[in-house]
Amino acid sequence: MIALSDVHKSFGKVEVLKGITASVEKGEVVCIIGPSGSGKSTILRCINGLESYDRGTISVEGLRVDRAAPSIVSIRTQVSMVFQRFNLFPHRTALDNVIEGPLYVKREPRAAALERGRALLAQVGLADKADVHPPELSGGQQQRVAIARALAMQPKAILFDEPTSALDPELVGDVLGVMRKLADDGMTMVVVTHEIGFAREVADRVLFIDGGVIVEQGPAKAMLNQPQHPRTQDFLRRVLHPL
Amino acid sequence: MSRFWHDAVEFFPILLNGVVLTIVVTLGSLLLSTVLGLVWAMMRVSGSRVLSSLSAGLINVIRGIPIIVLLFYLYFVMPDFGVTLSALQAAILGLGIAYSAYQAENFRAGIEAIDKGQIEAAQSIGMGWWMTMRRVVLPQAVRIVLPPYGNVMIMMLKDSSQASTITVAELALQGKLIASSTFKNSSVFTLVALMYLTMRVPLILLVRHFEKRAARR
Repeated sequence: MIALSDVHKSFGKVEVLKGITASVEKGEVVCIIGPSGSGKSTILRCINGLESYDRGTISVEGLRVDRAAPSIVSIRTQVSMVFQRFNLFPHRTALDNVIEGPLYVKREPRAAALERGRALLAQVGLADKADVHPPELSGGQQQRVAIARALAMQPKAILFDEPTSALDPELVGDVLGVMRKLADDGMTMVVVTHEIGFAREVADRVLFIDGGVIVEQGPAKAMLNQPQHPRTQDFLRRVLHPL
Repeated sequence: MSRFWHDAVEFFPILLNGVVLTIVVTLGSLLLSTVLGLVWAMMRVSGSRVLSSLSAGLINVIRGIPIIVLLFYLYFVMPDFGVTLSALQAAILGLGIAYSAYQAENFRAGIEAIDKGQIEAAQSIGMGWWMTMRRVVLPQAVRIVLPPYGNVMIMMLKDSSQASTITVAELALQGKLIASSTFKNSSVFTLVALMYLTMRVPLILLVRHFEKRAARR
């Protein structure tokens, strides 16, 4: 469904992606782990055209991702994104955030959009927060609204860019719970995360990225329990046992 | 003092005609400068290098010309090119263009203050550039821009007096005409000053209201 082939990307003189080749099948949950600055987020941002890439190809459902082409709108409505810092629209209520895309981008009838918006807020456990503005919500609640906003586009896949990294530890569970339910329902997901426990339990496959290349990849449990590459071993040791 | 009150009662109705023109010039040029300023600001943040540098150049030229010279140019020079404007039209056009440069910089600052993440979120649900501006960026930028916008309104009210230099009989010129025909300089110009101050009051209240609203969010 999503395919990357030999993708290169530089910021100025720094090459952050040095030939990434990977694919995500329909219904698959792929977690991307790796140290800060390894290029994990850049991969996600290239997939839905928030960043351009210099070389190689990325395609979604056979459609080439080119952020300058008109087709990018169709790709973005098929592949939603959830951000580390939520990026909810602070001047609109939770419900209005959720229906913004369906109403103005997909031009759905208001009544239908509202109905699905409320259902989605209920699905992420926030039915009672429909009329609240984002700044009055906790981080965990904001991120769940953001997930509802992504789902409202009825996407074929959702990209999660460190969705729990900006949350207080006690709020992480709520968000991961919602994500796990999505995975169980068969949503295609690409998740950049530091939550190794989530990756082990929920992901089908894990990619370990370091220095702009995929160092190791494999089925989640096998790879996280018995990493083969010394850099993966070292990274997992540091994340799991920081002391 | 009683002399002043006596003069005030006599001159007030004539000066009121000037007040009407002052308000017309101020509102007209406020509207024009807002629209033009918005256009310059949009060009500036459009991401197109051509539009952006065109707008930057224009703003620099406009800012570099004294308002009074701009007014003279529109009123006295444009007829040479076949464009004849009434004094009022030239005043509104001149002040509107002159202030559009300041409005543009103000609007641009407001737009650029919006978190990049907001734009990315809008793009990620498939919004194009214009819809992102209209639905996400501008509604948030308004709150940032309003307090300085209020100050521009007050400055424009005062600078509308420059229209007197091209024969628009607004408050300042009315005052000058009465003063030169009656020689009651002190009464007339005190009255004129008080009337400018009075017109400022609703604007100050409006600015205060804006600032309170901006602080609340």
